[in-house]
Amino acid sequence: MSPDRPNPIEVRDLVTHYGDRLILKGVSLDVREGEIMVIMGGSGSGKSTFLNHLLGLLRPTSGVVRLLGQDINAIGPLDLFDLRKKMGVAFQGGALFSSMSVGENIMLPLREHTNLDEKTMQIMARLKMEVVELAGFEHLMPAELSGGMIKRAALARAIVMDPRLLFCDEPSAGLDPVVSSSIDELILRLRDAMGMTIVVVTHELESAFKIADRICVLDKGEIIALGSVDEIRAHPSERVQNLLNRRTEDVTLDADAYLRRLTGEG
Amino acid sequence: MSASPNLLERVGRATARGIAEIGFGASLLGESLFWLVLGRARRQPVRLPAIFDQAMEIGIRALPIVTVLAGTIGVMLAIQGIYSLRPFGAESRVTTGIALSVVREFAPLITGILVAGRSGSALAARLGTMHINQEVDALRVMGINPVRFLVVPALLAMLVMVPALTLWADFVALLGAGLYVSGELSMSLAVYAERCLESLKLNDLTHGLSKSAIFAMLITLVGVVNGASVSGGAEGVGRVTTRSVVHAISAIVVTDMIFVFAVTR
Ligand SMILES: Nc1ncnc2c1ncn2[C@@H]1O[C@H](COP(=O)(O)OP(=O)(O)O)[C@@H](O)[C@H]1O
Ligand SMILES: [Mg+2]
Repeated sequence: MSPDRPNPIEVRDLVTHYGDRLILKGVSLDVREGEIMVIMGGSGSGKSTFLNHLLGLLRPTSGVVRLLGQDINAIGPLDLFDLRKKMGVAFQGGALFSSMSVGENIMLPLREHTNLDEKTMQIMARLKMEVVELAGFEHLMPAELSGGMIKRAALARAIVMDPRLLFCDEPSAGLDPVVSSSIDELILRLRDAMGMTIVVVTHELESAFKIADRICVLDKGEIIALGSVDEIRAHPSERVQNLLNRRTEDVTLDADAYLRRLTGEG
Repeated sequence: MSASPNLLERVGRATARGIAEIGFGASLLGESLFWLVLGRARRQPVRLPAIFDQAMEIGIRALPIVTVLAGTIGVMLAIQGIYSLRPFGAESRVTTGIALSVVREFAPLITGILVAGRSGSALAARLGTMHINQEVDALRVMGINPVRFLVVPALLAMLVMVPALTLWADFVALLGAGLYVSGELSMSLAVYAERCLESLKLNDLTHGLSKSAIFAMLITLVGVVNGASVSGGAEGVGRVTTRSVVHAISAIVVTDMIFVFAVTR
């Protein structure tokens, strides 16, 4: 990376709480231009919390999140507004607006942020629907879509403004293997065709290994490993290997502690 | 055993929550005004079609039920009015009582309660569902302010439609009462109308309509505050929906009393 061009995503010492509970314990991460960074970790490891901070939906206790060189918690509302036009987000459940048709959903960012005429917006929306292989479904309502189609429509809406940053939360969770792998291919295609920088949050190993340029393993609010697919696969740490092999930790059971937990003492 | 500290704690929590919600409602109102005035400069204008959509739902679709209830209440008031004046032999003076109580009190109140039940709850349910499905988050990351996009259109539509419905309810209730009175007291509908108009001053009409505008605001804010505070899935949405109806109706009745107390004596 040339020093004059900052990484599109830079996180420094991010510490976050829900109420009094410490969730992220000082997370630092750089995502490079044009790479697919997969954030992996078990359930409850803090992936969604991390993503929500990257998106500026939550405010950290301390630490810095810089997107495209701008500190999202320090810039003014107008700058943040402009920044948000350069990022797209596909939420886990799709988050399509149920009162609008699929086509209207995909056109919404164009309608709100551009002065294009109706016809042009329709063409642009259809183009993105072609990309996600949903052509011809623009008149359906979100409730009429299957799980895989919802994820595709959410992706189409996320990329309709041709963003530089794309965030996907669990893009293949809850889908059957065939549909899930087609979504993975779609993400790879998006990066290759549009050169976007992509952050994917997932707990699915296969999907992570398939699409990632680098993987960041999150556990109990800390990054325990960061590296290429091969580096993560061969990682010496036991915690990482446990996660990869779906072993639960603390298999050596402390009988006394267990009893105390059950009886609610100490 | 320790019921009283427990009770105290619960009362304390409920009070704190109530105050926080009133504060949230007030800040929502301020933010709505902000977007209404400065939205265009911030490249986030409040869209007219969104307001029309809401106005259709809140106002036009409520017309049939408002008409039925207002007419029924008019007839009921006529019956009670004539009954209460009969001992004095003053039945023909019933028009004054009907006209004033309909325009100043019954039409705004019944319309407010109806809209709270129909549209305030729908607003809470819609926002609550959107919240749970991350649709509100989706708006925010798209750079679309949820207050500007969701709250302002509903608020404006309410502020126009609730007084408009109230005016219609005034007319229908007075007509319903007139039909009963003209049958019962051998007073022609024309004479009844004339007497009604004689006993009504412009002030009475504005009294009723100002109240209905305040009710409109209360219904919207209560709906939005409840919708935004939802947690715990579909069941949570059901809970805040019910809660918003109860809160909105209570707020309407109490505010009505305070308004009347402050303005009428
Ligand atoms: N809104 C919230 N309020 C309080 N605690 C939360 C909230 N969301 C998540 N948590 C807690 O934070 C931790 C991390 O959660 P999350 O980021 O959702 O993990 P993941 O997405 O990796 O499953 C969990 O222990 C969870 O219980
Ligand atoms: Mg999660």
